[in-house]
Amino acid sequence: MSTTTKLVPTPGQTVGPFYGYALPFEKDNELLAPGTPGSIRLQGTVFDGGGATIPDAILEIWQPDAEGKIVQQTGSLVRDGYTFTGWGRASVGHSGVYTFTTVNPGPTESGAAPFISVAVFARGLMNRLFTRVYLPENDEALAKDPLLSSLDPDRRRTLIARRDPDGGLTWDIRLQGEGETVFLDFR
Amino acid sequence: METQQDLSAEINAMGDAYARALKDGAPAETQPRLDYAPYRSSILRHPTKSLHHADPETIELYSPAFGHQDVHALEADLTIQHNGEPQGERIIVAGKVLDGDGRPVAGQLVEIWQANASGRYIHKRDQHPAPLDPNFTGVGRCITGPDGSYRFTTIKPGAYPWKNHVNAWRPAHIHFSMFGTEFTQRIVTQMYFPGDQLFPLDPIYQSIVDQDARDRLVASYDHNLTEPEWALGYNWDIVLTGSKRTWTENEALGAAGDEE
Repeated sequence: MSTTTKLVPTPGQTVGPFYGYALPFEKDNELLAPGTPGSIRLQGTVFDGGGATIPDAILEIWQPDAEGKIVQQTGSLVRDGYTFTGWGRASVGHSGVYTFTTVNPGPTESGAAPFISVAVFARGLMNRLFTRVYLPENDEALAKDPLLSSLDPDRRRTLIARRDPDGGLTWDIRLQGEGETVFLDFR
Repeated sequence: METQQDLSAEINAMGDAYARALKDGAPAETQPRLDYAPYRSSILRHPTKSLHHADPETIELYSPAFGHQDVHALEADLTIQHNGEPQGERIIVAGKVLDGDGRPVAGQLVEIWQANASGRYIHKRDQHPAPLDPNFTGVGRCITGPDGSYRFTTIKPGAYPWKNHVNAWRPAHIHFSMFGTEFTQRIVTQMYFPGDQLFPLDPIYQSIVDQDARDRLVASYDHNLTEPEWALGYNWDIVLTGSKRTWTENEALGAAGDEE
Protein backbone atom coordinates (compact mmCIF):
# COMPACT_ATOMS: atom_id res chain seq x y z
CA MET A 1 0.00 0.00 0.00
CA SER A 2 2.98 2.29 0.39
CA THR A 3 3.74 2.68 -3.29
CA THR A 4 0.51 4.46 -4.35
CA THR A 5 1.02 7.31 -6.79
CA LYS A 6 0.66 10.70 -5.12
CA LEU A 7 -1.93 12.96 -6.69
CA VAL A 8 -1.21 16.67 -6.95
CA PRO A 9 -3.44 18.68 -4.61
CA THR A 10 -6.06 21.07 -5.93
CA PRO A 11 -5.02 24.71 -5.36
CA GLY A 12 -6.82 26.84 -2.80
CA GLN A 13 -8.31 30.25 -3.57
CA THR A 14 -9.33 33.24 -1.49
CA VAL A 15 -12.58 32.98 0.45
CA GLY A 16 -13.45 36.34 -1.16
CA PRO A 17 -15.78 39.00 0.23
CA PHE A 18 -19.12 37.23 -0.08
CA TYR A 19 -18.96 34.23 2.28
CA GLY A 20 -21.06 36.04 4.88
CA TYR A 21 -24.41 34.55 3.85
CA ALA A 22 -22.96 31.06 3.35
CA LEU A 23 -20.31 29.99 5.86
CA PRO A 24 -21.69 31.41 9.15
CA PHE A 25 -24.40 29.42 10.93
CA GLU A 26 -26.27 29.72 14.20
CA LYS A 27 -23.98 29.33 17.25
CA ASP A 28 -21.02 28.70 14.93
CA ASN A 29 -18.61 30.26 17.44
CA GLU A 30 -20.14 28.61 20.52
CA LEU A 31 -18.38 25.27 21.04
CA LEU A 32 -20.15 25.47 24.39
CA ALA A 33 -23.11 27.61 25.33
CA PRO A 34 -21.81 30.82 26.97
CA GLY A 35 -22.09 30.56 30.75
CA THR A 36 -21.62 26.78 30.80
CA PRO A 37 -19.38 25.85 33.77
CA GLY A 38 -15.82 25.58 32.52
CA SER A 39 -16.46 27.62 29.39
CA ILE A 40 -14.08 30.44 28.48
CA ARG A 41 -13.99 33.19 25.92
CA LEU A 42 -11.27 33.14 23.27
CA GLN A 43 -11.12 36.51 21.59
CA GLY A 44 -8.79 38.70 19.62
CA THR A 45 -8.32 41.12 16.77
CA VAL A 46 -7.13 40.44 13.22
CA PHE A 47 -4.72 43.03 11.75
CA ASP A 48 -3.26 43.66 8.30
CA GLY A 49 0.27 44.80 7.47
CA GLY A 50 -0.68 48.46 7.87
CA GLY A 51 -1.95 47.89 11.41
CA ALA A 52 -5.59 48.24 10.32
CA THR A 53 -8.14 45.76 11.60
CA ILE A 54 -9.54 43.27 9.11
CA PRO A 55 -13.33 43.00 9.24
CA ASP A 56 -13.75 40.49 6.41
CA ALA A 57 -11.94 37.48 7.82
CA ILE A 58 -13.36 34.24 9.12
CA LEU A 59 -11.61 31.85 11.51
CA GLU A 60 -11.98 28.22 12.43
CA ILE A 61 -10.71 26.50 15.56
CA TRP A 62 -10.31 22.78 16.17
CA GLN A 63 -9.24 21.49 19.56
CA PRO A 64 -9.33 18.66 22.07
CA ASP A 65 -11.69 18.84 25.05
CA ALA A 66 -10.63 19.93 28.54
CA GLU A 67 -9.22 16.47 29.26
CA GLY A 68 -7.12 16.46 26.10
CA LYS A 69 -9.39 14.01 24.32
CA ILE A 70 -9.84 14.43 20.56
CA VAL A 71 -13.59 14.44 20.01
CA GLN A 72 -15.17 12.84 16.94
CA GLN A 73 -18.76 13.96 17.50
CA THR A 74 -21.02 15.23 14.73
CA GLY A 75 -23.43 18.09 15.30
CA SER A 76 -21.30 21.22 14.91
CA LEU A 77 -23.68 22.78 12.36
CA VAL A 78 -26.81 22.09 14.41
CA ARG A 79 -25.61 22.59 17.97
CA ASP A 80 -27.71 21.04 20.70
CA GLY A 81 -26.08 23.12 23.43
CA TYR A 82 -24.61 20.08 25.20
CA THR A 83 -22.39 18.19 22.75
CA PHE A 84 -18.82 19.44 22.53
CA THR A 85 -17.59 18.82 18.97
CA GLY A 86 -14.23 20.60 19.26
CA TRP A 87 -14.76 22.68 16.13
CA GLY A 88 -16.11 26.18 15.60
CA ARG A 89 -16.18 29.03 13.13
CA ALA A 90 -16.24 32.77 13.86
CA SER A 91 -16.72 35.68 11.49
CA VAL A 92 -14.59 38.66 12.41
CA GLY A 93 -16.83 41.64 13.15
CA HIS A 94 -16.74 45.22 11.83
CA SER A 95 -14.07 46.18 14.36
CA GLY A 96 -11.82 43.27 13.43
CA VAL A 97 -12.65 41.31 16.60
CA TYR A 98 -13.55 37.62 16.77
CA THR A 99 -14.95 35.67 19.72
CA PHE A 100 -15.33 31.97 20.50
CA THR A 101 -16.87 30.32 23.55
CA THR A 102 -14.93 27.14 24.25
CA VAL A 103 -12.93 25.31 26.92
CA ASN A 104 -9.24 25.35 27.71
CA PRO A 105 -7.88 22.46 25.66
CA GLY A 106 -6.24 19.72 27.69
CA PRO A 107 -2.86 18.17 26.81
CA THR A 108 -3.30 15.36 24.29
CA GLU A 109 -0.34 13.58 25.86
CA SER A 110 0.98 13.81 29.38
CA GLY A 111 3.31 16.80 29.63
CA ALA A 112 2.43 18.20 26.17
CA ALA A 113 1.64 21.90 25.79
CA PRO A 114 -2.09 22.27 25.01
CA PHE A 115 -2.98 24.25 21.89
CA ILE A 116 -5.89 25.03 19.60
CA SER A 117 -5.44 24.58 15.85
CA VAL A 118 -6.56 27.61 13.83
CA ALA A 119 -7.36 28.17 10.13
CA VAL A 120 -7.56 31.77 8.90
CA PHE A 121 -9.54 32.86 5.82
CA ALA A 122 -9.98 36.44 4.56
CA ARG A 123 -10.76 38.53 1.54
CA GLY A 124 -7.36 39.38 0.04
CA LEU A 125 -5.78 36.28 1.52
CA MET A 126 -5.02 33.99 -1.41
CA ASN A 127 -5.12 30.72 0.53
CA ARG A 128 -6.06 29.71 4.06
CA LEU A 129 -3.37 29.97 6.70
CA PHE A 130 -2.84 27.50 9.54
CA THR A 131 -1.54 28.47 12.93
CA ARG A 132 -1.83 27.49 16.60
CA VAL A 133 -2.76 29.24 19.79
CA TYR A 134 -1.15 27.88 22.97
CA LEU A 135 -2.32 28.34 26.54
CA PRO A 136 0.10 30.63 28.44
CA GLU A 137 0.45 28.40 31.51
CA ASN A 138 2.99 25.63 32.09
CA ASP A 139 6.35 27.10 31.04
CA GLU A 140 7.99 23.69 31.20
CA ALA A 141 5.62 22.19 28.62
CA LEU A 142 5.87 25.27 26.39
CA ALA A 143 9.68 25.09 26.50
CA LYS A 144 9.59 21.44 25.39
CA ASP A 145 7.08 21.95 22.59
CA PRO A 146 8.66 20.98 19.23
CA LEU A 147 7.14 23.87 17.30
CA LEU A 148 7.67 26.60 19.88
CA SER A 149 11.25 25.56 20.60
CA SER A 150 12.04 25.83 16.87
CA LEU A 151 11.13 29.55 16.85
CA ASP A 152 12.95 32.71 17.91
CA PRO A 153 11.51 34.17 21.14
CA ASP A 154 9.86 37.14 19.42
CA ARG A 155 8.15 34.90 16.87
CA ARG A 156 7.27 32.26 19.46
CA ARG A 157 5.38 34.91 21.41
CA THR A 158 2.86 35.31 18.57
CA LEU A 159 1.47 31.82 19.22
CA ILE A 160 0.84 32.14 22.96
CA ALA A 161 -2.43 33.62 24.19
CA ARG A 162 -2.75 36.06 27.09
CA ARG A 163 -4.85 34.98 30.07
CA ASP A 164 -7.52 37.55 30.87
CA PRO A 165 -8.61 38.36 34.47
CA ASP A 166 -11.97 36.66 33.79
CA GLY A 167 -10.22 33.42 32.81
CA GLY A 168 -10.61 33.96 29.07
CA LEU A 169 -7.91 34.04 26.44
CA THR A 170 -6.91 36.92 24.19
CA TRP A 171 -4.94 36.18 21.05
CA ASP A 172 -4.48 38.58 18.14
CA ILE A 173 -3.59 37.64 14.57
CA ARG A 174 -1.25 39.81 12.50
CA LEU A 175 -1.17 38.75 8.86
CA GLN A 176 1.87 40.89 8.06
CA GLY A 177 4.53 43.16 9.49
CA GLU A 178 5.70 43.75 13.04
CA GLY A 179 4.64 40.89 15.29
CA GLU A 180 3.54 38.86 12.25
CA THR A 181 1.87 35.68 13.47
CA VAL A 182 3.74 32.45 12.73
CA PHE A 183 1.81 30.57 10.05
CA LEU A 184 2.48 26.91 9.40
CA ASP A 185 3.34 24.74 6.44
CA PHE A 186 2.55 21.07 7.00
CA ARG A 187 4.02 19.71 3.76
CA MET B 1 -7.27 54.38 -11.93
CA GLU B 2 -5.56 51.28 -13.18
CA THR B 3 -6.88 49.62 -16.28
CA GLN B 4 -7.07 45.99 -17.27
CA GLN B 5 -4.08 46.68 -19.53
CA ASP B 6 -1.97 47.73 -16.53
CA LEU B 7 -3.04 44.66 -14.58
CA SER B 8 -2.56 42.29 -17.49
CA ALA B 9 1.00 43.59 -17.97
CA GLU B 10 1.76 42.72 -14.32
CA ILE B 11 0.04 39.35 -14.55
CA ASN B 12 1.87 38.45 -17.76
CA ALA B 13 5.26 39.58 -16.43
CA MET B 14 4.86 37.32 -13.38
CA GLY B 15 3.63 34.46 -15.54
CA ASP B 16 6.59 34.82 -17.92
CA ALA B 17 9.09 34.93 -15.06
CA TYR B 18 7.57 31.77 -13.63
CA ALA B 19 7.69 30.00 -17.01
CA ARG B 20 11.40 30.87 -17.33
CA ALA B 21 12.15 29.63 -13.82
CA LEU B 22 10.27 26.41 -14.54
CA LYS B 23 12.34 25.89 -17.68
CA ASP B 24 15.50 26.44 -15.60
CA GLY B 25 14.45 23.62 -13.30
CA ALA B 26 12.50 25.39 -10.53
CA PRO B 27 9.81 23.22 -8.94
CA ALA B 28 6.22 23.66 -10.13
CA GLU B 29 4.08 25.84 -7.87
CA THR B 30 0.87 23.98 -7.13
CA GLN B 31 -0.81 26.57 -4.89
CA PRO B 32 -1.62 30.28 -5.32
CA ARG B 33 1.05 32.79 -4.36
CA LEU B 34 0.14 34.47 -1.08
CA ASP B 35 2.12 37.52 -2.25
CA TYR B 36 0.40 38.35 -5.53
CA ALA B 37 0.17 42.12 -5.96
CA PRO B 38 -2.16 42.12 -9.01
CA TYR B 39 -4.91 41.17 -6.52
CA ARG B 40 -4.63 44.53 -4.75
CA SER B 41 -6.35 43.45 -1.53
CA SER B 42 -3.59 40.90 -0.94
CA ILE B 43 -0.83 43.51 -0.64
CA LEU B 44 -1.29 44.09 3.11
CA ARG B 45 -2.81 40.68 3.79
CA HIS B 46 -0.03 38.23 3.02
CA PRO B 47 2.63 37.07 5.49
CA THR B 48 6.08 38.39 4.55
CA LYS B 49 7.89 35.63 6.44
CA SER B 50 7.86 32.22 4.83
CA LEU B 51 5.48 29.68 6.31
CA HIS B 52 7.14 27.81 9.16
CA HIS B 53 7.48 24.11 8.54
CA ALA B 54 5.81 22.07 11.28
CA ASP B 55 5.01 18.43 11.70
CA PRO B 56 1.29 18.13 12.35
CA GLU B 57 0.55 16.87 15.84
CA THR B 58 -2.35 15.18 17.59
CA ILE B 59 -5.43 17.34 16.98
CA GLU B 60 -4.12 18.41 13.55
CA LEU B 61 -4.05 14.77 12.44
CA TYR B 62 -7.82 14.53 12.92
CA SER B 63 -10.69 16.39 11.39
CA PRO B 64 -13.94 17.51 12.94
CA ALA B 65 -16.74 15.03 12.29
CA PHE B 66 -19.85 15.99 10.34
CA GLY B 67 -22.84 13.84 9.53
CA HIS B 68 -26.39 13.78 8.32
CA GLN B 69 -27.43 15.40 11.58
CA ASP B 70 -25.54 18.49 10.38
CA VAL B 71 -26.77 18.69 6.80
CA HIS B 72 -30.21 17.97 5.34
CA ALA B 73 -30.15 16.02 2.06
CA LEU B 74 -32.15 18.78 0.34
CA GLU B 75 -29.36 21.31 0.98
CA ALA B 76 -27.53 19.85 -2.04
CA ASP B 77 -30.21 21.24 -4.39
CA LEU B 78 -29.90 25.03 -4.66
CA THR B 79 -32.86 25.23 -7.03
CA ILE B 80 -35.54 24.15 -4.53
CA GLN B 81 -34.89 26.48 -1.62
CA HIS B 82 -37.73 28.87 -2.47
CA ASN B 83 -41.27 28.73 -3.81
CA GLY B 84 -40.40 29.10 -7.48
CA GLU B 85 -37.73 28.04 -9.95
CA PRO B 86 -34.63 30.25 -10.09
CA GLN B 87 -33.71 31.99 -13.34
CA GLY B 88 -30.80 30.70 -15.38
CA GLU B 89 -29.21 27.58 -16.74
CA ARG B 90 -29.80 24.61 -14.40
CA ILE B 91 -26.62 22.54 -13.88
CA ILE B 92 -25.41 19.54 -11.95
CA VAL B 93 -21.94 19.73 -10.42
CA ALA B 94 -20.62 16.41 -9.18
CA GLY B 95 -17.31 14.77 -8.40
CA LYS B 96 -15.20 13.23 -5.69
CA VAL B 97 -13.12 14.46 -2.79
CA LEU B 98 -9.87 12.48 -2.63
CA ASP B 99 -6.75 12.70 -0.52
CA GLY B 100 -3.26 12.87 -1.99
CA ASP B 101 -3.04 9.09 -2.11
CA GLY B 102 -6.29 8.86 -4.05
CA ARG B 103 -8.29 7.62 -1.07
CA PRO B 104 -11.89 8.84 -1.05
CA VAL B 105 -12.76 11.28 1.72
CA ALA B 106 -16.02 9.79 2.96
CA GLY B 107 -18.66 11.37 5.18
CA GLN B 108 -17.15 14.85 5.13
CA LEU B 109 -18.68 18.30 4.78
CA VAL B 110 -18.72 20.16 1.45
CA GLU B 111 -20.08 23.72 1.41
CA ILE B 112 -20.64 25.88 -1.69
CA TRP B 113 -21.75 29.44 -2.38
CA GLN B 114 -22.11 31.42 -5.57
CA ALA B 115 -23.62 34.33 -7.48
CA ASN B 116 -26.93 33.92 -9.31
CA ALA B 117 -27.29 33.66 -13.10
CA SER B 118 -26.96 37.44 -13.41
CA GLY B 119 -23.69 37.55 -11.51
CA ARG B 120 -25.21 38.93 -8.31
CA TYR B 121 -24.58 37.63 -4.79
CA ILE B 122 -27.31 37.91 -2.22
CA HIS B 123 -24.63 39.30 0.16
CA LYS B 124 -25.42 42.86 1.19
CA ARG B 125 -21.93 44.03 0.26
CA ASP B 126 -22.54 43.12 -3.37
CA GLN B 127 -23.68 46.34 -5.03
CA HIS B 128 -23.48 45.10 -8.64
CA PRO B 129 -26.64 46.47 -10.29
CA ALA B 130 -27.80 43.12 -11.63
CA PRO B 131 -31.08 41.61 -10.47
CA LEU B 132 -31.37 39.51 -7.34
CA ASP B 133 -33.40 36.36 -7.84
CA PRO B 134 -36.08 35.82 -5.18
CA ASN B 135 -35.85 32.09 -5.90
CA PHE B 136 -32.10 31.74 -5.53
CA THR B 137 -29.90 32.15 -2.45
CA GLY B 138 -26.80 30.42 -3.78
CA VAL B 139 -25.76 28.36 -0.73
CA GLY B 140 -25.50 24.57 -0.61
CA ARG B 141 -24.08 21.83 1.59
CA CYS B 142 -23.67 18.10 1.42
CA ILE B 143 -21.88 15.20 3.10
CA THR B 144 -19.65 13.10 0.82
CA GLY B 145 -20.65 9.50 0.12
CA PRO B 146 -18.59 6.39 1.00
CA ASP B 147 -16.69 6.84 -2.29
CA GLY B 148 -15.97 10.53 -1.56
CA SER B 149 -18.64 11.66 -4.01
CA TYR B 150 -20.59 14.89 -3.83
CA ARG B 151 -23.36 16.22 -6.09
CA PHE B 152 -25.09 19.58 -6.27
CA THR B 153 -27.94 20.83 -8.44
CA THR B 154 -27.69 24.57 -8.99
CA ILE B 155 -27.77 27.41 -11.54
CA LYS B 156 -24.76 28.37 -13.63
CA PRO B 157 -23.42 31.54 -11.99
CA GLY B 158 -22.78 34.67 -14.04
CA ALA B 159 -19.53 36.61 -14.29
CA TYR B 160 -19.52 39.81 -12.25
CA PRO B 161 -17.56 43.06 -12.01
CA TRP B 162 -15.39 43.97 -9.02
CA LYS B 163 -13.30 46.93 -8.00
CA ASN B 164 -9.73 45.62 -8.24
CA HIS B 165 -9.16 47.87 -11.28
CA VAL B 166 -11.23 49.52 -14.02
CA ASN B 167 -13.30 46.95 -15.90
CA ALA B 168 -12.31 44.04 -13.67
CA TRP B 169 -14.57 41.00 -14.08
CA ARG B 170 -14.43 37.71 -12.24
CA PRO B 171 -14.86 34.57 -14.36
CA ALA B 172 -17.97 32.62 -13.37
CA HIS B 173 -17.16 30.42 -10.37
CA ILE B 174 -18.57 28.48 -7.46
CA HIS B 175 -16.86 28.76 -4.06
CA PHE B 176 -16.12 25.36 -2.48
CA SER B 177 -15.15 24.60 1.12
CA MET B 178 -13.95 21.10 2.03
CA PHE B 179 -12.63 19.14 4.99
CA GLY B 180 -10.40 16.08 4.78
CA THR B 181 -9.59 13.41 7.31
CA GLU B 182 -7.03 15.73 8.90
CA PHE B 183 -7.41 19.41 9.71
CA THR B 184 -4.22 20.15 7.74
CA GLN B 185 -6.21 19.24 4.58
CA ARG B 186 -8.76 22.01 5.10
CA ILE B 187 -9.31 23.89 1.84
CA VAL B 188 -11.45 26.72 0.51
CA THR B 189 -11.23 27.25 -3.24
CA GLN B 190 -13.19 28.20 -6.36
CA MET B 191 -14.41 26.01 -9.23
CA TYR B 192 -14.51 27.52 -12.70
CA PHE B 193 -16.22 26.58 -15.98
CA PRO B 194 -14.33 25.42 -19.08
CA GLY B 195 -13.42 27.89 -21.81
CA ASP B 196 -13.97 31.12 -19.87
CA GLN B 197 -12.47 34.06 -21.79
CA LEU B 198 -11.85 35.94 -18.54
CA PHE B 199 -9.22 33.47 -17.23
CA PRO B 200 -6.16 35.37 -18.53
CA LEU B 201 -7.47 38.65 -17.13
CA ASP B 202 -8.35 37.57 -13.61
CA PRO B 203 -5.73 38.17 -10.89
CA ILE B 204 -7.37 35.68 -8.51
CA TYR B 205 -7.25 32.80 -10.97
CA GLN B 206 -3.80 33.90 -12.19
CA SER B 207 -2.41 33.99 -8.63
CA ILE B 208 -1.81 30.31 -9.36
CA VAL B 209 1.06 30.93 -11.77
CA ASP B 210 1.31 27.34 -13.01
CA GLN B 211 -1.02 26.49 -15.89
CA ASP B 212 -1.41 22.82 -14.91
CA ALA B 213 -2.28 23.86 -11.35
CA ARG B 214 -4.81 26.47 -12.57
CA ASP B 215 -6.42 23.86 -14.79
CA ARG B 216 -7.20 21.81 -11.68
CA LEU B 217 -9.81 24.39 -10.73
CA VAL B 218 -11.71 24.08 -14.01
CA ALA B 219 -14.60 21.60 -14.16
CA SER B 220 -15.16 19.41 -17.24
CA TYR B 221 -18.42 19.32 -19.12
CA ASP B 222 -19.68 15.75 -18.68
CA HIS B 223 -22.54 14.58 -20.88
CA ASN B 224 -22.91 11.47 -18.71
CA LEU B 225 -23.90 13.77 -15.85
CA THR B 226 -26.26 15.77 -18.03
CA GLU B 227 -29.89 14.83 -17.46
CA PRO B 228 -32.29 14.81 -20.44
CA GLU B 229 -34.77 17.70 -20.52
CA TRP B 230 -33.36 18.92 -17.22
CA ALA B 231 -29.77 20.05 -16.56
CA LEU B 232 -26.22 20.15 -17.96
CA GLY B 233 -23.58 18.23 -16.02
CA TYR B 234 -20.11 19.29 -14.90
CA ASN B 235 -17.56 17.05 -13.25
CA TRP B 236 -14.91 18.30 -10.84
CA ASP B 237 -12.76 16.21 -8.50
CA ILE B 238 -10.88 17.74 -5.59
CA VAL B 239 -7.58 16.38 -4.33
CA LEU B 240 -6.63 17.37 -0.79
CA THR B 241 -3.05 17.48 0.44
CA GLY B 242 -1.54 14.11 1.33
CA SER B 243 -2.37 12.57 4.63
CA LYS B 244 0.29 12.59 7.35
CA ARG B 245 -1.27 10.15 9.76
CA THR B 246 -0.06 6.55 9.75
CA TRP B 247 -3.14 4.74 8.55
CA THR B 248 -4.08 1.40 10.00
CA GLU B 249 -4.55 -1.30 7.42
CA ASN B 250 -8.31 -1.25 7.83
CA GLU B 251 -8.54 2.50 7.39
CA ALA B 252 -6.33 2.36 4.31
CA LEU B 253 -8.36 -0.42 2.75
CA GLY B 254 -11.66 1.17 3.71
CA ALA B 255 -14.84 -0.84 3.37
CA ALA B 256 -13.10 -3.48 1.23
CA GLY B 257 -10.78 -4.26 4.13
CA ASP B 258 -13.70 -4.86 6.45
CA GLU B 259 -15.00 -7.69 4.29
CA GLU B 260 -11.98 -9.91 4.71
